[in-house]
Amino acid sequence: MATNVGARFIASDTDMAPYQILNAEGKLVGEMPDLGTERLLSLYRSMQLGRAFSNKIVALQRQGRATTFGSLMGQEATAVGLAAPLQPQDWLATSYREIASLLVRGLPIATLVYAFRGFTPEHYPREIHCLPIQIVIGTQMLHAVGLAMAAKIAGDPAVAVGVCGDGATSEGDFNEALNFAGVFQAPVVLVVQNNGWAISVPRHKQSAAPTLASRGAGFGIPSVLVDGNDILAVYDVMQQAVERARSGQGPTLVETLTYRIGAHTTADDPTRYRHAEEVETWRAKDPIARFQRFLIGRGLLDEEQVRQIVEAVEEEINEAVRVAEAMPPMAPDSFFDYTSASLSPRLQEQRADLLSHIDPR
Amino acid sequence: MLMTMIEALNQALTLELERDKRVVVFGQDVGANGGVFRVTEHLQKKFGEQRVFDTPLSESAIIGSAVGMSVYGLRPVAEIQFAGFLFVCMNQLVSQAARMRFRSAGAYTCPMVVRAPYGGGVRSPELHSDSLEGVFMQTPGLKVVIPSNPYDAKGLLASAVADPDPVLFLENIKLYRSFRQETPQEYYSIPLGKANTVQEGTDVSLFAYGAMVPLAVEAAKQMQKESGTSIEIIDLRTVWPLDEEAITASVEKTGRAIVIHEAARAGGVGAEIIAIINDRCLYSLLKPVGRVTGYDTPYPVPGQEDYYLPTVPKVLAALRQVMEPT
Repeated sequence: MATNVGARFIASDTDMAPYQILNAEGKLVGEMPDLGTERLLSLYRSMQLGRAFSNKIVALQRQGRATTFGSLMGQEATAVGLAAPLQPQDWLATSYREIASLLVRGLPIATLVYAFRGFTPEHYPREIHCLPIQIVIGTQMLHAVGLAMAAKIAGDPAVAVGVCGDGATSEGDFNEALNFAGVFQAPVVLVVQNNGWAISVPRHKQSAAPTLASRGAGFGIPSVLVDGNDILAVYDVMQQAVERARSGQGPTLVETLTYRIGAHTTADDPTRYRHAEEVETWRAKDPIARFQRFLIGRGLLDEEQVRQIVEAVEEEINEAVRVAEAMPPMAPDSFFDYTSASLSPRLQEQRADLLSHIDPR
Repeated sequence: MLMTMIEALNQALTLELERDKRVVVFGQDVGANGGVFRVTEHLQKKFGEQRVFDTPLSESAIIGSAVGMSVYGLRPVAEIQFAGFLFVCMNQLVSQAARMRFRSAGAYTCPMVVRAPYGGGVRSPELHSDSLEGVFMQTPGLKVVIPSNPYDAKGLLASAVADPDPVLFLENIKLYRSFRQETPQEYYSIPLGKANTVQEGTDVSLFAYGAMVPLAVEAAKQMQKESGTSIEIIDLRTVWPLDEEAITASVEKTGRAIVIHEAARAGGVGAEIIAIINDRCLYSLLKPVGRVTGYDTPYPVPGQEDYYLPTVPKVLAALRQVMEPT
């Protein structure tokens, strides 16, 4: 298998140590990727923003101000690291867990808050090239492959990234996506965000494979296992995998080892199926704390700046919530507009019928 | 030029590939083999492997990748080798392709065509003969088109490729080579959502599509000879959304109607046509609407399929019943 990247590609099932640049204590144990101070701080801020956003929506849900939501807590390094190396022409297809990835790509926070009020943002910025959050598990991996195939057919220097969770690797679409990606040498990076749990089912009950990254070998796809709580490692691996794809070297499978600290969604109670000690073990490997220690150790950040960043991020989110809550709800009949490009006479009649039941005011 | 439906479809795809660089054609065996029915014959040679290509045997990936390609800006025309295998890719077709516009409030769309051969009477293995159009009537965002002759096939496929939303284009296997028809070689299109009056009449309306259109024509000929009944035949062409205007106008004129389809009876095109008549022109009816359809059973094995399918005698029996004096 190709070995032209800093990260180690999985050549066999025995290569199981995840690629790491920062260890759990935030000590540099690998080679620093080429990132300036500003970029490092921007990654840090994006992780803080992702966490604060996630916590905010969970809180709003508890108050009846947001719909069901899946917390990002603990997975910020993966979500930020997989999106940060992308260029504007690139595409991203995510599940519901990678909220921070969408923010990194430029989705306005208020737009996302509006979505979790239970509405579809009606002026979704198409140019951020992020497919809408996918609910059907594993499905988006094929969309990423299709986007990448199209870029290749069109001769564009665009790359697509598809991301799913560990549970999704049991789905047919995940396997079909890997197979298509390999056969067509699509410029795609397929990321498995292994957070240990698919709702209540642990990773080892999804697959007997020793790593999920090792699944790539059977499809002829170079694969990397990376510490998903190490922002520098995730960034480095993604950067190289994306550039491999862009330069015509084909697809890469990336498994990021991370952990879902929170519940599956606001409708889930994880105390029913996992031990608090396990969660505590992973809290000690927290991706933000780890990166923060590293940045402080290098003199790039101090406690005062941390406080300022946390406050600024909070304020940014609170402002976005104010904006989103002031946005008018979708028109009650607008779902007709998005069924197809033009309304059949039948749908026009049905829409008129709906409107006749609505108090005009 | 006289063409079979296969030749007409092949020409439609050739013209699309010539006209629009965004069009790509792919599926199982569509490349060197030209498709198991030869609809895509010579296309790969003419347009190259970038634009006409074989895929792995992977229905969900064929449709799922087409979703990505169409969002990107291509115009994919994907082939599913037999409509019976559409269930393998239901999520990608129904929950993804048909809902992308809805999910993104119009930011991303899937202008793509899924071609699939369907229909019985050719002694094929299990799940090669099923008519599944009824299933897709409850798929908002998806259009379902079924041509009944070479001329329509060519013009409807052109409109399907040009459509801004996904279109399921079902091609009746028995009609592929059953007759030739004068078909222009140049480009033309036939609008989706509009039915075609095959023959006008005043006593009874026959609603049909696909292979049931020639069957309706034959039954009408015999009935006219037998009793002088004046029969109107409406070829629906697009089965979703249905041309409700055409259905209503015909029933208001004739006062009697029969729906003919190969698909199972429950909840399908026939049932919906009857519901439309109920909503729009019930008091024009002189008799209950007749239905000649497949049965609500699995599509039978080749040795039994002739019993399952609508036949001329079955249509004649239904015609005699609706024409009985009240």
